[in-house]
Amino acid sequence: MAHVVNARKQCTVNPLKMSQPLGGALAFLGIENSMPLFHGSQGCTAFGMVLLVRHFRESIPLQTTAMNEATTILGGYENLEEAILTIHKKNTPALIGICSTGLTETKGDDGAGYMKLIRQRHPELADTALVYASTPDYKGCFQDGYAAACSAIIETMVPQGPGARRERLLNLLPGCHLTPGDVEAIKETAALFGCEMTALPDLSGSLDGHVADHFTPTSLGGTTQEAIAQLGAAQHTIAIGEHMRGPAELLQQRCGVPCTVLPRLTGLLPCDAFVALLAELSGKEVPQSLRRERSRLVDAMLDGHFFFGGQRIAIAAEPDLLIALGHFMAEMGATLHAAVTTSDAPGLAGLPMDQVLVGDLADFEQHAAGADLLVTHAHGRQAAQRLGVPLFRVGIPIFDRLGAAHAVHVGYRGTMTLLFALANMLLESHDTNAHRHGHPAPVQDTDNHARENLATC
Amino acid sequence: MHSATLDEVFQEPGCAKNQAKNATERKKGCTKALKPGAAAGGCAFDGAKIALQPVTDVVHLVHGPIACEGNSWDNRHAASSGPMLYRTGFTTDMGELDVIYGAEKRLFRAIAEAIAKYDPPAVFVYQTCIPALIGDDLEAVCKAATAKHGRPVIPIDAPGFAGSKNLGNKLAGEALLRYVIGTEEPEITTPYDLNLIGEYNLSGELWQVKPLFEAAGIRIAACISGDARYRDIASCHRSRANMLVCSKAMVNIARKMQERYGMPYFEGSFYGIGDMSDTLRQSAQLLVSQGAPDDLLERTAAVIQKEEQRAWARLEPYREHLAGKRVLLITGGVKSWSVVAALQEMGMVVIGTSVKKSTEEDKARILEIMGEQAHMFEELSPREMDRMLRDAQADIMLSGGRSQFVALKAKVPWLDINQERHHAYAGYDGMVNLVAQIHHTLSNPIWQQVREPAPWESSAKPAAEG
Repeated sequence: MAHVVNARKQCTVNPLKMSQPLGGALAFLGIENSMPLFHGSQGCTAFGMVLLVRHFRESIPLQTTAMNEATTILGGYENLEEAILTIHKKNTPALIGICSTGLTETKGDDGAGYMKLIRQRHPELADTALVYASTPDYKGCFQDGYAAACSAIIETMVPQGPGARRERLLNLLPGCHLTPGDVEAIKETAALFGCEMTALPDLSGSLDGHVADHFTPTSLGGTTQEAIAQLGAAQHTIAIGEHMRGPAELLQQRCGVPCTVLPRLTGLLPCDAFVALLAELSGKEVPQSLRRERSRLVDAMLDGHFFFGGQRIAIAAEPDLLIALGHFMAEMGATLHAAVTTSDAPGLAGLPMDQVLVGDLADFEQHAAGADLLVTHAHGRQAAQRLGVPLFRVGIPIFDRLGAAHAVHVGYRGTMTLLFALANMLLESHDTNAHRHGHPAPVQDTDNHARENLATC
Repeated sequence: MHSATLDEVFQEPGCAKNQAKNATERKKGCTKALKPGAAAGGCAFDGAKIALQPVTDVVHLVHGPIACEGNSWDNRHAASSGPMLYRTGFTTDMGELDVIYGAEKRLFRAIAEAIAKYDPPAVFVYQTCIPALIGDDLEAVCKAATAKHGRPVIPIDAPGFAGSKNLGNKLAGEALLRYVIGTEEPEITTPYDLNLIGEYNLSGELWQVKPLFEAAGIRIAACISGDARYRDIASCHRSRANMLVCSKAMVNIARKMQERYGMPYFEGSFYGIGDMSDTLRQSAQLLVSQGAPDDLLERTAAVIQKEEQRAWARLEPYREHLAGKRVLLITGGVKSWSVVAALQEMGMVVIGTSVKKSTEEDKARILEIMGEQAHMFEELSPREMDRMLRDAQADIMLSGGRSQFVALKAKVPWLDINQERHHAYAGYDGMVNLVAQIHHTLSNPIWQQVREPAPWESSAKPAAEG
């Protein structure tokens, strides 16, 4: 059991955290033909856009209400209205996803009221979904903003009341720690059981780095409006990550769709739970191909555990990504040497270590000293260099490596891929150290044969 | 936000755009009202940070909620030859209670924490929208902190909602003028001391031009702000002249230093062979006019001759590959015409260029270089850009990262020539780099493959073509 402790300081150094609106934007980018819009100063949008562009290596549609000092003080209604009308005229998106920012929240702009007024005044927007999420920068973190946007989509676009229940139609609410590749892998697994799965949002259709036939100024794919309207008719909702509990339960309240929140989908046991759930919901046997995948993962664990045993891993990530990776590392026999996250959240206390720190990458660097492997986003590169410890990049942003959107770390196969990648990294750093010293790496833990094996392989 | 400072910056007489305006137009200032829903580009805070972040040895502390620093830190390639402190992100990460009760105390303590831990020669504190809105008195906190810690703690008052990135550049310049420049004395001075203003050493570009100056005998005493140390900038008022590198960014520094210290300045560019030579020549002339010995001119001429010859010899092999290739050039300001000239020297045809950030003078220059057939775009929408590329009007597009994917998705070669790029294009070697990169990109075999339809897509394309 871990105590969640706040790093008590006034100056955040080397931020780990990103803000809520950016998480909200990511959720909106998973809706087909959508345009996220930050209600704030133009810089909020510019920074967010650059970050997402560098991570996904894709055009990122993201607009701004371009608030200035005067309009902020007078209230942002006119800017919001003008922005929506301009976007509607220029880009005709199916959805405009508005995220408030610290600026407009501090002023106290009444987002919900503004939306009503805009609807009243502009019947020409009837075919455009307008979704408003309250995502102040000074509260919460990236995953909170993402969840807030998902809840706002459900609240605004899913009709209330139980729909005509459709068997084998499932909803997937993937947390923001899942990549487009992850979402696709989950949907494919569901398909093996004859289940049709609607993901909200569905980044696998929009930010999966495909080449479209035509230029489009809005998102390149994602959950369709029709599919969103049908969320209430699903047999069941599966949410991945504790932060998706809110949207999942909202859907249950509104439409009576029962839900299961799986805290993670990385590791043998969580995958088993997921597959068992699919078997139960579909009433079908677990197909041969999946059994084979499971068997391969088991084999990978047998081959790989040598390299994890006794290794000290330091992780800095948003809560649900930390939970997924932390448990997996521990299950492979590694020790969680340090864990830093962005905000206190349900589930963190369950990590098998003494303390989880809510802090920044300077805290991480301090606590990670002595670790064998660092796991965090690309901003950890400076700490890794200074500590001389290899860095495994996870989460957002990863701007200095290719393929972030396609990394799959969920499901049997994804877990296996992750396991191999981590093991290879541990293996390599041991090899390098062994050669650098001219003799086998020192073995501190004498009964740990894995290390001795490492030094000689 | 001091409105007096804003007015001053808006009416900057050194600004070429302002020179073209009459008195009433000038008074209106240059805050182009941004169009909600159709705006692009960074805010004033972004601009201030871009201009000052390359100062390598100070703490850059951002006073605001996590968005301002958390979403943006360590995202440019300004290089340092020494201290790495500038790549550390500092922010007060304001929370809800800070918004309600004010965050001056938090800021004051944050400054103390940063100084205690990192012992920098100075702290730059950046204002952002929320503390500006709730009335945190940045200047007062910095003043108190300066007194307490016995070292400069400098307010950079450029909250995002004050305006554009360009305005932020200028406000950063104002902060340097008010609090930094002239506050220390240099250890040594020579008659050959030149400052560079507006060069950020992105991807180490400064290091590609610095040796050229040195070869001629010109000392770069301070660079604002590429690879700079605080002390260099604080004492740069003793140099003999200023060179303004990116004319739009910090002309106010050059002009006010001229006013205050009698230091002349000129605007120059490091992009393109001819421009680089002009810059060296003008630097030497200006220094000589300020009392440097005459032989500087000869030495400079010798360097130019040698370097130009060397550069041309290195470029020659590319000419046969590049001659006749059509380029679409989307970039801002001064870079347009300097790069156009260089590409034309390779026999490439520039089919159009953006002039969004260019001054009238820039445009005249482009017209002069490109002739009447020059397409100058004020605003080229991504959709329009896409159409041009798909119609195969261009063989390659050179632009900033923003439009990268418009080109790539249209399966058209593309090269980054803005600040996020990884290659240095300044100076003679830089132009050779640029041309080499264009050649690598254009001659890459992937273009043929990715443009072919899959075998099962029996489109109209005859097989003979492949």
